[in-house]
Amino acid sequence: MTKTLLALAGLTKAYPGVIANRDVSFEIQQGEVHALLGENGAGKSTLVKSIYGLVKPDSGAMHLNGQPFAPNDPKAARAAGIAMVFQHFSLFDALTVAENVALGMEDPPPLRDLAGRIRDVSEQYGLPLDPARIVGDLSAGERQRVEIIRCLLQDPKLLIMDEPTSVLTPQEVEILFETLRKLKSEGTAILYISHKLEEIRALCDTATILRLGEVVGDCTPREVSAREMAEMMVGGTLHVPEREAGPEGEVLLKLEGLSARSPQEFGTPLRDISVEVRAGQVLGIGGVAGNGQDELLLALSGEMRTDPQMVQFKGRPIGQLPPNDRRGLGMCSAPEERLGHAAAPDMTLSENAALSGKTRKALVRNGFVDWGGARDFASIIIDRFDVRTPGTENVARSLSGGNLQKFVIGREILQDPDVLVVNQPTWGVDASAAAAIRQAILDLAANGAAVIVISQDLDELMEISDNFAALNEGRLSAPRAASGLTIEEVGLMLGGAHDMEVAHVDA
Amino acid sequence: MIALERRPQPSRAWSYLSPLLAVIVTMIVGGIVFAALGKPPVEAIRTIFWDPLFGDFASYFRPQLLVKAAPLILIAIGLSFGFRAGIWNIGAEGQYIMGALFGAGFALAFYPSEARWLIFPLMIVVGTLGGLLWAMIPGLLRVHFRTNEILVSLMLVYVADFMLDAMALGLLRNPEGMGFPGSRNLQQYPAAHNAELIANTGMHWGVIAAFFAVVAAYILLSRHVFGFNVRLAGQSPRAAAFAGVSADRMVLICMGLSGGLAGMAGMFEVAGPSGQVLASFNVGYGFTAIIVAFLGRLHPVGILLAGFLMALTYIGGELAQMNLQLPRSAIQLFQGMLLFFLLAVDVMTNFRIRLGRKKVA
Repeated sequence: MTKTLLALAGLTKAYPGVIANRDVSFEIQQGEVHALLGENGAGKSTLVKSIYGLVKPDSGAMHLNGQPFAPNDPKAARAAGIAMVFQHFSLFDALTVAENVALGMEDPPPLRDLAGRIRDVSEQYGLPLDPARIVGDLSAGERQRVEIIRCLLQDPKLLIMDEPTSVLTPQEVEILFETLRKLKSEGTAILYISHKLEEIRALCDTATILRLGEVVGDCTPREVSAREMAEMMVGGTLHVPEREAGPEGEVLLKLEGLSARSPQEFGTPLRDISVEVRAGQVLGIGGVAGNGQDELLLALSGEMRTDPQMVQFKGRPIGQLPPNDRRGLGMCSAPEERLGHAAAPDMTLSENAALSGKTRKALVRNGFVDWGGARDFASIIIDRFDVRTPGTENVARSLSGGNLQKFVIGREILQDPDVLVVNQPTWGVDASAAAAIRQAILDLAANGAAVIVISQDLDELMEISDNFAALNEGRLSAPRAASGLTIEEVGLMLGGAHDMEVAHVDA
Repeated sequence: MIALERRPQPSRAWSYLSPLLAVIVTMIVGGIVFAALGKPPVEAIRTIFWDPLFGDFASYFRPQLLVKAAPLILIAIGLSFGFRAGIWNIGAEGQYIMGALFGAGFALAFYPSEARWLIFPLMIVVGTLGGLLWAMIPGLLRVHFRTNEILVSLMLVYVADFMLDAMALGLLRNPEGMGFPGSRNLQQYPAAHNAELIANTGMHWGVIAAFFAVVAAYILLSRHVFGFNVRLAGQSPRAAAFAGVSADRMVLICMGLSGGLAGMAGMFEVAGPSGQVLASFNVGYGFTAIIVAFLGRLHPVGILLAGFLMALTYIGGELAQMNLQLPRSAIQLFQGMLLFFLLAVDVMTNFRIRLGRKKVA
């Protein structure tokens, strides 16, 4: 006996210059796991923000249990029984689990009682968590558990989960799914947002597919193939990057016992990392977020200095060299965070082109910046990497995430480096841009560069890497040839399930 | 309903318009304040902004404009680099004092020398060095011990103030001064005197240095990689690190630059318009320059204009005190309002106002 829990009718929301949602209608039944599927920028986030009271739709109506439902703020949504786990956690590193949970509640009970309730809920749903631990010391998977438990304490009727598995290992994903299935068996509906098709096929009862803000279809995920869903999502066939096996060349980059403390509090130190990358090779480094990816990139870009011998470029120790010296030698990098790290948000694309390109493109003469040359370099990047922007004098933050990412990656690749290190090259980028970026990385390797791709997207790594290694708590596993690795083996390399246990689902 | 909406691009027009608008709003609100004090508002505003330039005694006031604007501009130009890079040197007043003490001390050590060709250029160097060294204290403390440069540089203003008192009464006191406090008057020491270059214009070497600083700063910011790094460090520190800018080196360079220029301004002042090391030597140029820097949008040309505007309110303010018996604090309030309204109007550069009601679903 299913009953409609939440019905959306004709929801429309426009932002200046873009319609995020156009006439979206669908229904969520009680006790079902409902997938909301779509590429980045398809309007999934805006839609769930409307349900959670963070965004007010321009038109359309929602009904919860048959009653009109128009939450003014998240507080009203929570009061109506809707809870949400965000993709980016809103936790305070310096506080304990219990304190963080209390901060998210309307009227928290005394901390001692709360700790007891946290323990109860975490045991009931197979999400072990010690209320007294400091959040800064927790892994990403454990942090997510804090967020989930915070939601479960409110006894929600509808739980919204925004890309929950992007920070989890395959084993942790399985545990999360057990928890969600248990919730479902108790009658809680789950709105599950993802673009990972296999997960949706494993977990969800129904799926609504969004493209460019509109509902383009729905399906029962178990009954259709992942490919069919992907094509509905993208609205066409996908271009899969091609690769030519390049010749195995000399060792261009060698890390030898690379150890370093994280420059950030609660960061992950690098522990004794040793690996070699040869010309023509792509080394994929996987791992759950927060296991030393940022630190590894900083150590390779030169923003974090180490002992000279720890990083060797063509046999030459360079661990002590600052970023521009490394660029001069032929080593470029692209950090994960586009706005604020790889690019300065309020600077123009010309200025951002000079930001990392000034050394190799000889854009500084006698201390003076050659702005004409920087503009030319920027327009070459825009042209070659199909960056959609009115021109080189637009500021970086006016670009969409995918376009800026193409600009950032293009800027490094067009400097023709011998070694390229990229972190999360296609994070938050739509499928066609992601394919273009991967192709460009593969072309660079085919031309004899050594490339390190750090990513949390295992499918991406399997697609483009020759060798695969995993980062776990700052340690790097021994690299293995990527072809032939199974997803279970990868999961074990990523560090397994971090001592979690599967929820015991009672009948 | 009125809503603020973030602009996709900062508005160029508003970044030029907002200082003008701030001046106009300050005039209006200032007029209301003066009226509330029982003074004729229009006359007060005219006395402050018009009379020093075009009034009956303008020929006396106009040179003063250069004399007062030059140190403000010189100091503000130095500060603007640090402010752009997110390095907050609040202690320019102290560096200004130390520049004066070093410069005057050096000259007096060689008293009575005839070698102007040697003494005066070296005074500029030594005065600049004095301010620079004083600014290095908060700079080095920040780099090595992560102290807060705002607090340290501000506290050192009071230390410098005491040094000034001590010097005026002790080491630098005029041995022929009948026991009065204060050093020999450098205006009567030809080798060290920073005299008017053209009579009755107020033009002295410090004014030339200020103009030169404006031009140099403009070129540095728009063309030179140092200016690029400064802007980068201020806008996004992590992108600056990625671009290879050393944050610590940036702190030392910006502190040194602002301290050096403040010290130079102090030296020109003590060797020229002021003439003497006296306890009352400093009149707050180092603090007012902070307002000048922001009023000028941290842009060299803006600072040039803002420096003259602030100098005008100084002179006009004194005039209003004399002629209209406006209280001194009302003038200071007026100057403070300028910065206040500038920061308020500034919102328009990055945001726009949207009128009208949002439709509710």
